[in-house]
Amino acid sequence: MTTVFGVPLQALLGQVLLGLINGSFYAMLSLGLAVIFGLLRVINFAHGAQYMLGAFVAWFLLEQLGIGYWWALLIAPLVVAALAVVIERAALSKLYGLDPLYGLLFTFGLALVIEGLFRWQFGAAGQPYATPDELVGAKNLGFMVLPIYRGFVVVASLAICLAVWLLIERTKFGAYLRAATEDRTLVQVFGVNVPRLLTLTYALGAGLAALAGVLAAPVYQVSPLMGSNLIIIVFAVVVVGGMGSIGGAILTGYALGVLEGLTKVFYPPASSIVIFVVMAVVLLVRPAGLFGREG
Amino acid sequence: MLELGTHEPVPVAVDEPAGPALLEVKGLHAWYGESHVLHGVDLRVREGETVCLLGRNGAGKTTTLRAILGIVGRRQGGVSFDGRDLTRMPLHGPARVGLGYVPEHRGIFAGLTVAENLMLPPKGAEGGMSVDEIHALFPNLKERRTSPGTKLSGGEQQMLAIARILRTGPKMILLDEPTEGLAPVIVQRIAAALRQLKARGLTVLVVEQNFRFARNIADRFYVMEGGVVVDAFGAQEVEGRLDRLHELLGV
Ligand SMILES: Nc1ncnc2c1ncn2[C@@H]1O[C@H](COP(=O)(O)OP(=O)(O)O)[C@@H](O)[C@H]1O
Ligand SMILES: [Mg+2]
Repeated sequence: MTTVFGVPLQALLGQVLLGLINGSFYAMLSLGLAVIFGLLRVINFAHGAQYMLGAFVAWFLLEQLGIGYWWALLIAPLVVAALAVVIERAALSKLYGLDPLYGLLFTFGLALVIEGLFRWQFGAAGQPYATPDELVGAKNLGFMVLPIYRGFVVVASLAICLAVWLLIERTKFGAYLRAATEDRTLVQVFGVNVPRLLTLTYALGAGLAALAGVLAAPVYQVSPLMGSNLIIIVFAVVVVGGMGSIGGAILTGYALGVLEGLTKVFYPPASSIVIFVVMAVVLLVRPAGLFGREG
Repeated sequence: MLELGTHEPVPVAVDEPAGPALLEVKGLHAWYGESHVLHGVDLRVREGETVCLLGRNGAGKTTTLRAILGIVGRRQGGVSFDGRDLTRMPLHGPARVGLGYVPEHRGIFAGLTVAENLMLPPKGAEGGMSVDEIHALFPNLKERRTSPGTKLSGGEQQMLAIARILRTGPKMILLDEPTEGLAPVIVQRIAAALRQLKARGLTVLVVEQNFRFARNIADRFYVMEGGVVVDAFGAQEVEGRLDRLHELLGV
């Protein structure tokens, strides 16, 4: 049997793949956080709650209305994005002129309220969400048996990250967004409705979190705290990648997922903290993050 | 309050050519936080004119342009453009009624290519220069289309900053120190471009420290000092005022 540093190759590849699946969620979520932070200068602590809401909307659509997974992929992000528009217009936008701490505290409070309401309604236990029929089953890759849905998650997240990257780097909307990240006032003086751009950007980030939530529903259970468990890791990913760097957030998400998987092979006890160790080292050595511009 | 010691500048009533103004600024005050920077600026620019705002560093020239557009903490007084009251508009309003802005230090975006910088400001209602016309006016911009905006030389950045506003088809542009830090040969090219634009009927309010450049392009001048306009005269009166100008501008 082939081994790498005394570890069977099969086990290694298996963990890399599992790491890639977790990394898919890290990448999608940190991407949304980075987009929001880049333009709004708000650290969106409600991101985990928005991810959870996406999963719950999918669950509700299926349970109450009989609307399945594929429609949920479309509807849930739109519902959560619409909610984000209301939040941004009614509250968040009032805090832009103030210390960024206010935005952070507001979104943190909002997350606690949303998660509290859902715990009160649904309890802490998870609700199962069935894998869509088209993606049931597993494929034997030789080194591991991969559930088809998980493979789909990796491919879907890559496609989503690429689409968002193209949106930001290759479209007019993206050019407004990048320019406004540098100098919001000047972009508005040029005639762009920047307040509306900020609203759309917050909705985009929240919708992206919700989309990740729908993808997560069949993998993890749909539960009120699914977001708060994940979001701490995602914040570490964003810190490592560098706040506000779009490509950096995506790459770092996948890379740290894989690193976490590899750690499970070589030294399992460290796997749950390895990302935070990397974060601490990066903060000491390169505080702006691996891909962030040194301020 | 005497903010400038014993030489408190006094606003002057100046004779100006008659006729309707495209831009009219009346008793404009502006503040940055607690500090009161403009103390009642009056100026008028008629359609098709190139008017130059002179004054020492810190006289309030940049602040005047910013206050016209609304980029100050607080302002008071009247600003009307093409018959519209700019003080009642959101920050994105003036551009949409045809008032373009080329800021001090150019405001080129580092995260955007030259082409993206050029296409960034949304077009106004009518016309504007086509990209081909812009490339004919400033050939350098064509060759450097795909470079990041801030990789251009200072002169090229200034051309880009002017070009991206011309593309939107403004009625008037506010230009803040377009020759700052540029080599004489580039300054001449910018002056040539401005004369070409004037021939097309564009109205310009330009802030300048470079008096030689300003003399070349302007129809009329205002001089600012301590946040007010202290002098105004036409191009033909420049000769007779050189001494006073040297005193006011410290050149
Ligand atoms: N952002 C600002 N905050 C506070 N004071 C400012 C700011 N910008 C300019 N000032 C002050 O306002 C006055 C006028 O500045 P400015 O309009 O930039 O002058 P000019 O363009 O004529 O050199 C100066 O005294 C300057 O120090
Ligand atoms: Mg200035």
